[in-house]
Amino acid sequence: MLALDAAKSAGASYADARISRNNVRNVSTRELRVLGLVDNETFGIGVRVLVEGAWGFAATNELTRDEVIRVAQQAVAQAKANRSALRRPVELAPVTPTPEGTWRSPARIDPFDVAIEEQVGLLLQANEAALKVLKPGGRGMGFVNSSMFFLREEKTLATTDGTFVVQTIYRAQPSMTCQAVNVQAGDFQSRQSTDIQPMGRGYEHVLDANLVVNAERWANEAQEKLKAKSVDVGRYDLILHPTHLWLTIHESIAHPTELDRALGFEANYAGTSFVSPPEAVLGKLKYGPEFMNVQADRSQDGSLAAVGWDDEGVKPDEYLIIRNGVFNDYQTTREQAPYLADWYRSQGREVRSHGNSYAQSWADVQFQRMPNVSLLPGERDLVWDDLIAATDRGIAIVGDGSFSIDQQRYNAQFGGQLFYEIRGGKIVGMLKDVAYQIRTPEFWNSMDMLGGRRSYELGGAFGDGKGQPAQSNAVSHGCPPTRHRQVNVINTGRQS
Amino acid sequence: MSGPRSLFGAAPAHLGRAQAEALCKRVLGFSTADEMRVNVSSGSTANTRFAVNQISTAGDNTNVSITVRAVFGKKAGSATTNRVDDESLRAVVKRAESLARLAPDDPEMLPELGPQTYAPAGGYDASTAALSPADRAAAVRAITDRAATAGLVSTGYLEANGGSQAVATSRGLFAWSESTAAALTTTVRTPDGTGSGWAGATSHDWSRIDPAALGARAIEKAERSRNPVAVEPGRYTVILEPTAVGNLVQLIAGAAQARAADEGRSFFSKPGGGTKIGQKVVDERVTLLSDPLDTEAYGSTFGGDGLPARKITWIQNGVVQNLAYDRWWAQQKGAEPSAFPGSLRMLGGSATLDEMIASTERGLLVTRLWYIRPVDPRTILYTGLTRDGTFLIENGRITRAVKNLRWNESPIFMLNNVEMMGAPVRVSASESGGPGQAVVVPPLKVRDFTFTSLSDAV
Repeated sequence: MLALDAAKSAGASYADARISRNNVRNVSTRELRVLGLVDNETFGIGVRVLVEGAWGFAATNELTRDEVIRVAQQAVAQAKANRSALRRPVELAPVTPTPEGTWRSPARIDPFDVAIEEQVGLLLQANEAALKVLKPGGRGMGFVNSSMFFLREEKTLATTDGTFVVQTIYRAQPSMTCQAVNVQAGDFQSRQSTDIQPMGRGYEHVLDANLVVNAERWANEAQEKLKAKSVDVGRYDLILHPTHLWLTIHESIAHPTELDRALGFEANYAGTSFVSPPEAVLGKLKYGPEFMNVQADRSQDGSLAAVGWDDEGVKPDEYLIIRNGVFNDYQTTREQAPYLADWYRSQGREVRSHGNSYAQSWADVQFQRMPNVSLLPGERDLVWDDLIAATDRGIAIVGDGSFSIDQQRYNAQFGGQLFYEIRGGKIVGMLKDVAYQIRTPEFWNSMDMLGGRRSYELGGAFGDGKGQPAQSNAVSHGCPPTRHRQVNVINTGRQS
Repeated sequence: MSGPRSLFGAAPAHLGRAQAEALCKRVLGFSTADEMRVNVSSGSTANTRFAVNQISTAGDNTNVSITVRAVFGKKAGSATTNRVDDESLRAVVKRAESLARLAPDDPEMLPELGPQTYAPAGGYDASTAALSPADRAAAVRAITDRAATAGLVSTGYLEANGGSQAVATSRGLFAWSESTAAALTTTVRTPDGTGSGWAGATSHDWSRIDPAALGARAIEKAERSRNPVAVEPGRYTVILEPTAVGNLVQLIAGAAQARAADEGRSFFSKPGGGTKIGQKVVDERVTLLSDPLDTEAYGSTFGGDGLPARKITWIQNGVVQNLAYDRWWAQQKGAEPSAFPGSLRMLGGSATLDEMIASTERGLLVTRLWYIRPVDPRTILYTGLTRDGTFLIENGRITRAVKNLRWNESPIFMLNNVEMMGAPVRVSASESGGPGQAVVVPPLKVRDFTFTSLSDAV
């Protein structure tokens, strides 16, 4: 409140202040050895102000009365300097203030209350299980790394609109990498634990991950990759598992439908978007088949982007980015929603932010970051095996791997963890050196099968980068498995 | 608070040597562990973003980070705080110690280092640390005004930061250095969205960055890159501007870890066992080195454990000379350990960009590379795309703009196919437009660069 008063006295028409304490625990191991036991804590305040339509922001780790006032005044000074290069003043969409609110992630066990010996012990036990297959040291053997990462963020937001909300956000990511090595052949292959995705949960997510049981399978799969057949280039029908497909959704649907990108605000780093300009694509662009529906939300249970309020006090809503295959809406903040006023009015909707504002910490300014963006399951009760059985010649891909996409989100290339050759409706063997290249609109329009609700899973990005300075966001993507016809597959195993 | 009332009341907004040393001593004084290490970093970072020819956001922050590593016997644990009052420092020491007590023995535990000798560090410029919001806004306007006048759309990012790093151990080691970094990058697009040009620069010294010149270069590239045509993907002779070379060559240093090589899981592993040290892996004209005292690319003079960083030649005349050894692995292998200096230089040649173009019958001129991600660590194979200025060269001349292309290529393969090399320059090689690590590289002409598909992205 001190910060908000100081900002207003200095000339701000709007201000918000975020105080957050982020606790991070990172336990990392390799083989039978602990690499690191680290507890991090960072605490501070960030103040954002609007002066005559220009933004300013300043932050400090020191929460004394004098320093908080200095930071608020510094934010106003920033805004005043920025007015000199102003062409379109910022206008904020209306918000319904929340004078007193609290929200907490659905974490059952606080990871910071769990004894460190238990966490270390679990990882070393999982490593031991993997090493039964990979055996430590020596020739033609292998290696294993494992880790647990936990975040607890206690965040208080106050705005001059009258919002005051306190939220406690948890995130958890257990992970392993098994690597099999054939020293004589100069070959090595990795299997990352992509079956276990990061979640907005507590330590129970680690317990549910069954690391010790899964470790042996991951190690065996790494070994099997050494002997897998190198793929023949060509066009294949692809069957994509949810542990893989979430990343393709993230890159080719979630990022291009960020309104700041479409308007050119991220052109210097993240890029712009092929889903642009808004008036030419909203309600018109055919993104995929009619059975394709893509939902944005910040409410799925245990999802990474779940919150009660976003970082400007908006209660996020659930909306369809793609409805029946047609592009329907962008991700927005309060600053951005007014850009779409004509579209919203034509739809009989109010001009409101979707609640997609986020900053990674107190030290960073909030801006538009993606909510959970999920491909909704189909009406038929199909599962992974049904898609394989229906495919004559194709490749099934499990787990996310290498990824790269252009600055307008047209051309992408994805690898994976495991690749299986399909012939006559059956998996006939493992492949390696596989990557597929897509042009986004053709790829989604080539989707001809979609799993049902029973096969829907949440994947997630823990460190999605955007903005300058780059900030990290955590977001989940739910989806069932899908099939895509005749996708271009390359071989990545060239030697010169 | 019983600590300093304000760390950041007046510029510079970071801890000086004496302040840092006093803080480290306070922390070490709370220790009950067998050994302790304290790392302190402090400073401020300030930025201004612009988009659609106006400033979009700007901000600054000040922070300090204190990391304590406690050791009991062969057990270690670490904790970090950003508060400097005695109560918080006691608490962070206690957290590190309780983690350490509960840790299993580390078979690779080495004692903390005692006092070391460090070369005097460069790379700090007081005026860069003190760049004001108004200074930054003026630099931005040197680009946005010109772009607006030309009927173009400019977007970009300016960052300036200053800070200090310190490390102290209970065995009497103390190291401190201060550094600054500034970066300015801009992407200028044509309003019809068919052309895009980029320019960027980074230095520890803001005065070495010329905003107007960067704006002019990005504007020229945007105008020349309008209405690109498609060329067939495949293997091309390419002329890579220094930024594109930096984007790729810096990946080699990241892969040059001795331990992974000895373990058989690196490009630098020798089939059958051991590393490729002593083997020729790229063209004999290629030399890659890291020198913390490089005046164009200052790096850090010590690592997180206080180990001095020395000049390391990774590849000399095409032959692998050194890999990065931490203290433990160096001891196992009888090698000399070093901290990684965080900077990289590739030696060049005398060819100019114009001579490279004039000597090319058919090829592509590439401004920079983007969304670069690993594909196959066995060969340091990466994928990514060209971006913001890709042109066709025919019969010794740039004839027109071409659409962007996806490539799958290894900097190792590329440096085996070198045709011509120019003079090295400092580049802005980080994708995010921040200062990143200091990279100095030449422009290159190389044959058989592999493009695998077309992109419609501008």
